[in-house]
Amino acid sequence: MPIFRHELRRGRISLLIWTGAISFMLGVCVLIYPEMGAQMGDIGSMFANMGSFSEAFGMDKINFGEFAGFFSVECGNVLGIGGAFFAALLGVSSLAKEEKERTAEFLLTHPVSRPRIIAEKLCAVLVQILILNTAVIAVTVLSVCFIRETVSEKTFALLFLAYFLMQLEIAAITFGISAFLKRGNVGIGIGLSAVFYFLNILANLTDDAEFLKYLTPFGYTDGADIIAKSAVPGRYLTVGIIVSVVGIVCAFWKYSRKDVG
Amino acid sequence: MNAISTNRLTKYYGKTRGIIDLNLSVGEGDFFGFIGPNGAGKSTTIRILLGLITATSGSAEVFDHDVQKKKTTVLQEIGYLPSEAMFYNGMRVKDILRLSADLHRQDCQAEAKRLCERLELDTSRKIEELSLGNRKKVGIVCAMQHKPKLYILDEPTSGLDPLIQREFFLLLKERNAEGATVFLSSHVLSEVQRYCKHAAVIREGKLLVSDSVENLGHTDTKRITIRGVDTAPSLPHTKDIKILPDAVTFLYSGKPDLLLKTLSDLPITDITIAEPDLEEVFLHYYTKEEHPNADL
Repeated sequence: MPIFRHELRRGRISLLIWTGAISFMLGVCVLIYPEMGAQMGDIGSMFANMGSFSEAFGMDKINFGEFAGFFSVECGNVLGIGGAFFAALLGVSSLAKEEKERTAEFLLTHPVSRPRIIAEKLCAVLVQILILNTAVIAVTVLSVCFIRETVSEKTFALLFLAYFLMQLEIAAITFGISAFLKRGNVGIGIGLSAVFYFLNILANLTDDAEFLKYLTPFGYTDGADIIAKSAVPGRYLTVGIIVSVVGIVCAFWKYSRKDVG
Repeated sequence: MNAISTNRLTKYYGKTRGIIDLNLSVGEGDFFGFIGPNGAGKSTTIRILLGLITATSGSAEVFDHDVQKKKTTVLQEIGYLPSEAMFYNGMRVKDILRLSADLHRQDCQAEAKRLCERLELDTSRKIEELSLGNRKKVGIVCAMQHKPKLYILDEPTSGLDPLIQREFFLLLKERNAEGATVFLSSHVLSEVQRYCKHAAVIREGKLLVSDSVENLGHTDTKRITIRGVDTAPSLPHTKDIKILPDAVTFLYSGKPDLLLKTLSDLPITDITIAEPDLEEVFLHYYTKEEHPNADL
């Protein structure tokens, strides 16, 4: 698997920085909870009663006085946005960066089939996301132990699973887009993630816009839903899995017959 | 068996012409020059052979394998040197060579070492620190270290100093003597004349001629240089007339006796009749349509 190894090597610094930044932010959020929790009695009800603003972030359905509630919102913002951006960057540049940096000619004139190259690159993207999430979970668990909070393991696992799947979906979509690009356009990846994030906020705001949850991978990462139902929302997730598969199939279909160089 | 053969190979980029109905064949063991001006379709042909792009119509085979259907098999046999070799920044030369060998599933360390020594390439340097010429050397080692049966070289000498150029052609000659086929595109005609056995000329996407370098250079045209006069004699079939301070020179493709009769009436003090340079012959192919009356 020389291409897989090569990809991991090339991505290691970026992976380190993103993992460090997200873990640090999540760790800090967890560590400040005891202080905030003490004052939460008042603030919690305030957060929950800010009208549309509370709805937008799902804070109307969450008990801020409980750690799980606090964590799901914090986690949603830090790991949700950070992880989504990281996954989008990885996905969108994976295939296209070879053409942007004009190394495609080098890579594609070696006796390795294009599907094989795509598969190894895809594996590298998935493994990097897995590494980031594993590190983030480890740091979170450590900091939760440090502040001596207890959380339902199942809730925690479901939250992290939802975020992990969301990142995989974004990576799969941007990976598919990457096959069509002539240059690794980072802007498309970041822009798409931001759009997905705001679609979810819109969906939270009014019931009329709730259908938007089908369109965005953030739809199934809503902490309030996951905590309330103790499950990752299946109907949104199903759409997400289908979209991911389509993204990956597109990447194989397009890149296998693309004129490169 | 042919190392390369194409059958009515055609490539359009949208509506832009790449190559049209190209029939090219390069025998195994040949040292073949592929000549044409910029934009003639040399790189397009090479890119199709390497499977980087797909032909619009027609077919191409390398060692009797279709380049589309057996791409990996074909690439296994090829050592390719791009005209502008680009590599991954941040990596060292030795890591690139290692990666290339890994992608070929071969251990090429001994051969890589030998090649780097002959080309004077420092393998501990980082790619982004390399000059154009040194990057080209990395490309050469990548193309040669796995000892392929066919070398495809796109303008191989650009950026290399004359000593390294000579060493590089020496290497190619050695590999050619061992049975490998060399196919190089170039617009440096002297290197084609010097090293290649056969050559083909491509212009505006079409193959004009493909023959041995010897035959290509041999034409009915002579380069005539006369001294003692300051104007060219009035002769038909002359071309490329140059009036120099002490001589007049021109290309002549008419009958010899007419030339001699005309010249005998002139007060010439010296005369040279020579074969034209290959360069002059090729320039004729390059610019054929701009001079429709010239019949070199």
